[in-house]
Amino acid sequence: MKIDWDIVLQSIPLLAEGVIVTLQVSAVSAVLGLALGVALGLGALSRNRVTRWVVAAYVDFIRGTPLLIQIFLVFFALPMIGIRFDEFSAGVVALSLNAAAFVAEVVRGGVGAIERGQSEAAKAIGMRHRQLLVYILLPQAYRQMVPPLTNELISLVKNSSLLSVISVYELTRAGQAIISVHFVPFEIYTLLALYYYVLIKALSWLSVQLERRLPTW
Amino acid sequence: MVRPVIQVHGLRKNFGDNPVLRGVSMDVSPGETVVIIGASGSGKTTFLRCLNRLEDPTDGLVRLDGEVVGASVSEKQVAAQISQFGFVFQRFNLFPHLAARDNVAIGPEKVRGLSRSDAQALAEQELARVHMQDHKDKRPSELSGGQQQRVAIARALAMKPRVMLFDEPTSALDPELVQEVLDVMKDLAKDGMTMVVVTHEMSFARDVADRVIYMEDGVIAEEGPPDQLFGAPKTAGAQRFLRHLSHD
Repeated sequence: MKIDWDIVLQSIPLLAEGVIVTLQVSAVSAVLGLALGVALGLGALSRNRVTRWVVAAYVDFIRGTPLLIQIFLVFFALPMIGIRFDEFSAGVVALSLNAAAFVAEVVRGGVGAIERGQSEAAKAIGMRHRQLLVYILLPQAYRQMVPPLTNELISLVKNSSLLSVISVYELTRAGQAIISVHFVPFEIYTLLALYYYVLIKALSWLSVQLERRLPTW
Repeated sequence: MVRPVIQVHGLRKNFGDNPVLRGVSMDVSPGETVVIIGASGSGKTTFLRCLNRLEDPTDGLVRLDGEVVGASVSEKQVAAQISQFGFVFQRFNLFPHLAARDNVAIGPEKVRGLSRSDAQALAEQELARVHMQDHKDKRPSELSGGQQQRVAIARALAMKPRVMLFDEPTSALDPELVQEVLDVMKDLAKDGMTMVVVTHEMSFARDVADRVIYMEDGVIAEEGPPDQLFGAPKTAGAQRFLRHLSHD
C-alpha cells in the first residue's frame, strides 16, 4: 500500500476546521450538560420522592438507550411534534441531554460517598437538608467529582463524532467529506484518530492541572 | 420543683426486628450531669441518638423544656429544636474542609443567623473555653484527636444548647489524649451545663456524675448516685458489668 502524502498534507488544515466545530459543539454541550447534570444530581439528592424518581427515570432512559438513537430522536423525531433544530443545535441538545444524566450520577455518587458522620454533625447543629448540601456535602464532594467529570468530558468529545450522521460538519464529518471525494480512508481515518487522540490528551492534561490546584484537607 | 430540661417517656427503637430500646423513661434536671454506662449493645448510644433525632424513635416521646421534640411539621422548627441539643460524637465528625474556627462559626452563622463577624467572634470565645484558641486557623487534619474533640465540643457549645449529649467522647482517642477532653467536660459540668454522657470512663462518672444510669438490653436496669451504683450495685447485671471493668 502506498500512502498519499499529498492528500495528508492537504487534509491537515481542512480537518483543523472540523476540530474547531468539534471543540465548539463539545464546549457548549459540556457547559449545558454540566449545568443540567448538577441540577439533576441535586434532584437525585432531594428529600422529595417524586423528584428523585423523575431523575432516576431520566438517568435510566439515557443510560439504557444508545446515544445514536438519542441523536436521531432529537433531530428527526422532535420535529414531528413541532420542535425543530438546525444540525448544530440538535447535536448540542442531544449531547447535553446525554451528558447531563452521567453528570447527575457523578454528583449523586460524589455526595453519597461523603461519610454519614458529616450529615449527622450538620443535622446536630440544626442544619436543614439544603444547608447540609450547600455548606457541608457539596464543598467536600466537588474535589472527588473532578476525575469522573473529566472522564465524562472525554466521552462527550469522542461522542461528538456521532454528530457526523446528522451532518454536523465536525471533525469526523470533515474527514468523511475528504474520503468521499478522494477515497483515501486509510490516510484520513488515521489522521482523525490522531486528531482525537491529541484532543483527549490535552483535556486529560488540563484536568490533572485543575486537580492539582484544588484544595486538599 | 423545677421542670426537667429533658423528659423521656417510653422510648422504644427497633432496627428491623431487633428491639434496641425497649421502653426508656427518664428526666434530666437543669444543671444535672447524668452518666450512662452499660455493655456495648445495651442501647445507650441509640438512646442518646434518639434524644436529638439522629435516630427516629419507633415509639415514645422526648420533651425538651416541655415541648415534644420533632412534633412540628416545619423542617426549620424541628432543626431549631434539634440544635438545642449539643451533640458530641465518638469520632468527632468535624467538617474537614473548614478551619477550626469555621467549624464552630458555621452553625451560629447559618443556623442561628448571626452576622459573619459575630459568629467568628463567638467561635473564638468558644474555642478559648476549650483551650483551642491557638489552633483556630488549623484544619481538623492538622489537629490531634483530643484537639479535634475539643473543637467539636466548642462547635456544639456555640449553638447555645440547653443540654449537651456526649456519645463516648473519648473512646476513639489515644490514652494520653483522653484527659484533656475529660477536663473540658468537667469544667462544663462545674459551670452548670446540663449533660448526658455515655462513657466507659468510670473515674469521670465517679467524680462528675450527679446520677449514673446502668443500661442493659435496651432498658434502664439500675440508676442512682455514683457512690451507690459503683459502691453497692443492686442488680446482678450491674455487678457483673462493673466487675468486668475493674479487671481491664
